[in-house]
Amino acid sequence: MSNLATIPIEYYLVFCSVLFCIGVFGVLIKRNALVILMSIELMINSINLLLAAFSAYTNDPAGQIFVFFIMVVAAAEVAIGLAIVVLIYRTTHSIDIDVLNKLKW
Amino acid sequence: MLTILLILLPLALSLIILIFKEEKAIRQFALAGSLIEFGVGVAAFIQYKTSCHCNLLFTTDWLATLGVSLKFGMDGISLLLVMLTTFLLPIIILASFNHAYSRPSAFYSLILLMEMALIGVFTSFDGLIFYIFWELALIPAYFICAVWGGDDRIRITFKFFIYTFVGSLFMLVALIYLYFRTPLPHSFDFQGLYAVRLNPGEQTWIFLAFFLAFVVKIPIFPFHTWQPDTYSGAPATGSMLLAGIMLKMGLYGMIRWMIPICNDAVQEWGGVAMILAITGIVYASLIAIRQNDMKRLIAYSSIAHVGLIAAGLLSLTTYAMQGAVIQMVSHGINIVGLFIIIDLIEQRTKTRNISNLGGIARTAPRLAIFFMLFLLASIALPLTNSFVGEFLLLLGLFEYSAIFAAVAGLTIIFSAVYMLWMYQRTMLGKANEFTENIHDLTWTEMAALVPLVVMVFWIGMFPGLFLNVALPDVMQILNYTK
Amino acid sequence: MKLILILIPLLPLLGFLFLGLGFKSIPKKVTSIVGPGTILASFILSIITFIHLTQQAGTQSSLFPHSDVYTLFSWISIGSLDISFSFLIDPLSVLMLLVVTGVGFLIHVYSVGYMKDDPGYNRFFAYMNLFVFFMLLLVMGANYPIMFIGWEGVGLCSYLLIGFWFKNHEYNNAANKAFIMNRIGDLGFLLGMFLLFTTFQSLNYQDIFSQAKGMTSGNGTLVAITLLLFIGAVGKSAQIPLYTWLPDAMAGPTPVSALIHAATMVTAGVYMIARSNILYVLSPATMEIIGITAITTALFAASIAIFQNDIKKILAYSTISQLGYMFAALSIGAFTGAMFHLTTHAFFKALLFLAAGSVIHAIGGGQDIRNMGGLRKKLPKTYWTFLIATLAIAGIPPFSGFFSKDEILSKAFEFNHVTWFALAVGAFMTAFYMFRLFYLTFFRAFRGTEEEKHHLHESPAVMTTPLIVLSVLAAIGGVLNIPVLFGGENWLSGFLAPVFADAMAVKVQPAALSHATEWLLMATTLAGCLVTIFWAWRRYVKQENGLLPDEAKRSLLVQLISKKYYIDELYDFVFVKPSLWCSRYLHQVVELRFIDRIVNGVGQVVIWTGNTVRYVQTGNVGFYMFIMILGIILILFFNILI
Repeated sequence: MSNLATIPIEYYLVFCSVLFCIGVFGVLIKRNALVILMSIELMINSINLLLAAFSAYTNDPAGQIFVFFIMVVAAAEVAIGLAIVVLIYRTTHSIDIDVLNKLKW
Repeated sequence: MLTILLILLPLALSLIILIFKEEKAIRQFALAGSLIEFGVGVAAFIQYKTSCHCNLLFTTDWLATLGVSLKFGMDGISLLLVMLTTFLLPIIILASFNHAYSRPSAFYSLILLMEMALIGVFTSFDGLIFYIFWELALIPAYFICAVWGGDDRIRITFKFFIYTFVGSLFMLVALIYLYFRTPLPHSFDFQGLYAVRLNPGEQTWIFLAFFLAFVVKIPIFPFHTWQPDTYSGAPATGSMLLAGIMLKMGLYGMIRWMIPICNDAVQEWGGVAMILAITGIVYASLIAIRQNDMKRLIAYSSIAHVGLIAAGLLSLTTYAMQGAVIQMVSHGINIVGLFIIIDLIEQRTKTRNISNLGGIARTAPRLAIFFMLFLLASIALPLTNSFVGEFLLLLGLFEYSAIFAAVAGLTIIFSAVYMLWMYQRTMLGKANEFTENIHDLTWTEMAALVPLVVMVFWIGMFPGLFLNVALPDVMQILNYTK
Repeated sequence: MKLILILIPLLPLLGFLFLGLGFKSIPKKVTSIVGPGTILASFILSIITFIHLTQQAGTQSSLFPHSDVYTLFSWISIGSLDISFSFLIDPLSVLMLLVVTGVGFLIHVYSVGYMKDDPGYNRFFAYMNLFVFFMLLLVMGANYPIMFIGWEGVGLCSYLLIGFWFKNHEYNNAANKAFIMNRIGDLGFLLGMFLLFTTFQSLNYQDIFSQAKGMTSGNGTLVAITLLLFIGAVGKSAQIPLYTWLPDAMAGPTPVSALIHAATMVTAGVYMIARSNILYVLSPATMEIIGITAITTALFAASIAIFQNDIKKILAYSTISQLGYMFAALSIGAFTGAMFHLTTHAFFKALLFLAAGSVIHAIGGGQDIRNMGGLRKKLPKTYWTFLIATLAIAGIPPFSGFFSKDEILSKAFEFNHVTWFALAVGAFMTAFYMFRLFYLTFFRAFRGTEEEKHHLHESPAVMTTPLIVLSVLAAIGGVLNIPVLFGGENWLSGFLAPVFADAMAVKVQPAALSHATEWLLMATTLAGCLVTIFWAWRRYVKQENGLLPDEAKRSLLVQLISKKYYIDELYDFVFVKPSLWCSRYLHQVVELRFIDRIVNGVGQVVIWTGNTVRYVQTGNVGFYMFIMILGIILILFFNILI
């Protein structure tokens, strides 16, 4: 606990924001579905880290419980996401999202 | 208990009829069922005592947490309209017998379902239930017109459906708004809704919402353009259901919901609304003069007639209100009669164009006589039913404004013009290749027409019974506006 | 008594139902008995009522002396509006009862012969009975709505009977025209009733008249009421401007013209105003309008009659003109005079029509007097009866028309000399056109085809007997009201006096004329009539070539008159065409191109929006995500801002 106090909460805030923004840019810029999924994972984890940090600073364990829930859900989501990506690749031989624009209008 | 029986019986019948396969059995079952339903209606009429909103009441909680309860009952106005519905249904079914409709079980099932919905509309004392039945009535009407209608039926029916549906959504919004203004726990019960005190601004908006819903249904100029298309595109049976009963829903809604709830706004905006209605009378009458399709002509004349009823309602005078109630019944009877006649002519000659017809009075004199009788009823000749209604309506309008009454009264001239014109061109003159070899009315057809004629003259000569049933409730509705 | 009163209108109604429902299955013999029989029974019952009433005279001291109201049942009853089905029996209604059933019966008997070979025999009698039923309701009703039932009902029967031969569309057009023009008047009547109700809170004669008695003369509401009711009378009694239907109505069978369009229905307006006498006396403005309308109509129609060639049309215009006389009498407050003329007119005009029917029957359908002539020898009975009727209408003593017309003229002189002069001129014109008709029909040689000449025959007894009875009535009808001048006692005036008592009390009575003046007036009009008759004789019997004036040689004025002042064409141009055009315009342009287009436009907008906005769905996941994040940023941004 005392170790934590040496690092101010602002550091976590900035760090997590940066991580989140990297994730966002990854999602926006990358065209590979796999990379996008990874970027989403990055965003989720930045949130998780933030939750854990607040939990520690406020001595409220609820935040850390949330983190566990989110990790479980994120795992499930990635599993489904990857499964979809694999299926798409099997049918179209591509995971480039610019190519995957058949669902329109 | 009778009220709930009146609603459930047609529903049960409409489901049971689906198991029949043979056309004749289906028809007989539908006719018998609707006659039993009429019997129940008569029983309710006998059991009915003067108004206290406690007659034939049936209440049970449904969505208790939302304050929605299944509350059905009748006051005098509902009773008359329920009687009208149950009386007309067997006749409409009987009149449909000379058509060979495809998939008869589905057809008659829809008709009975429609009856159930209509009775639900006229008897529900709960705002949300009213709305549900209101929309429910639209579904069978849609399918009857869209499946068994004439050419171009899909486009026409689609327009009809969307138009009236959009209108009624405004009513739903108004009802929900009112619901949230009722004291906790919120409720859709009509007495609760009546008790809501709205400020003038709110009243105006609620009035507009109700008004839009009802004028589209009635329909009142300039929201009427779906109607001529729909009447001419619908199968004969559909036209009868729509014109005879369904358009009374809008007028009934005005009496039951709009006038008691937004009484101040009705008083404030009623004049404008009446101008619309009265413009519609003249406008539709004028258009009717030059119509060639008989069904369209009747459709326009119907716009004129219901315009008068609506104008009378909005004048908020006892006479006009009373006249409106009696005229709703009369109009239902007369227009169904006219549609049956037109259907019979179309069956025989394969055309409804006035310009193709002529000389039927010689080849089918009985048909011509019945046509004449309904024609006289619809131009409000004294001793027929609509004279009582129109006399009271115009008297009430006159009390409100002499000018309005004078302009609205033009309908008695115009109606004579277009109806006599139609009669002359179809019934009189020399027979042509369309009308030369047609046969006169059969007994089945007479059986459908005679009860209507009896009612025409019964209401025309002895309207006391019908007037007295509705009078206390009309007074009560008017009390809300004071 | 009540039973008798119920039976009077009920019998014709039962006759109608019997003949109407039985339709073609009833043999003609039965119809011939039932049709006139019901009317005869009603006539007898009317006589009983009449006797009952005269016996009762003087024993009553109610508000309405000499009258009884019999209520059958309540018809429409809401709050203070209480319209009951009730009959009023007073001298006025009894007089009308007798005229309607009496003349009606004779015409029914006549019809047995006239319609003998018509395939619609039963239908004809059914309609005629129905007509009598409604006419009786009209005169017997004790309140305005009951009168209105009869009022519209007779209009319906008139419609049905004008278009009786419905295969011919011209007849049907005439029928439609009659009904629609009547309806215009009916709207006025209806509005008048509404105003009556809002003013007096009742529609019963007794309630209204007893209240009206206390009102001041010239009261604006009363003027409005009387004017509106007068519009009704204008329609029903064929006065300017709603008169054009009556000449066209001659399309119906001749007995119909006699009964409906001469003797009874068209006089309903006169009856209505006589009934409402107190209201009218209190509205001088209305009376003036009635006077102007009536005199104009009387002269206008008489002038048209001079140049007509159709035997029935001449009589129709004559009817319009005579109705003008009755209204003129009403407008100067001579209610008895109007009712007297109504009665005698019923006799002689019914007779004229029936005799004309006999002529038409003899010729075999032709109605153009230019193709008649010389019928005196062939149709002696018709000739004599026609002569009596013509003398009566021309106002030659001692025939009935003389007395009734003279009464109106002398009352008019009391009132205003100009009115008298106009009416006297009208009387000369009447004498002229009637004798023109008479001479052309019966004198000189027959001008029709050989075939027609061969066909000429006197009508059967069933037709001539009513003619003879009516000619007796037309001859001696004047005894009803022989003035003091001739040593009479003005019986009709005394009989009707209770009905008009209140009105007479209110009205300012002009100074009565001296006997010398009366003699002078009488002599003047009589001399004038005789001169015109002589002139007509010179022109149409004596002179060889006065008969068929060449159309081209006519002066402009004569052409104008002989084309009936182009009034029909004018109405067609001003009312019929524009409303048809309006109908077309409203439907083609306003309805389809404007209102419906807006409605469809709303739908189109929805579809268009959907069509446009759907292109946002590019299918590009990157784009979606970009939008999503942009959205999130915007939401955050707004959150900070607000």
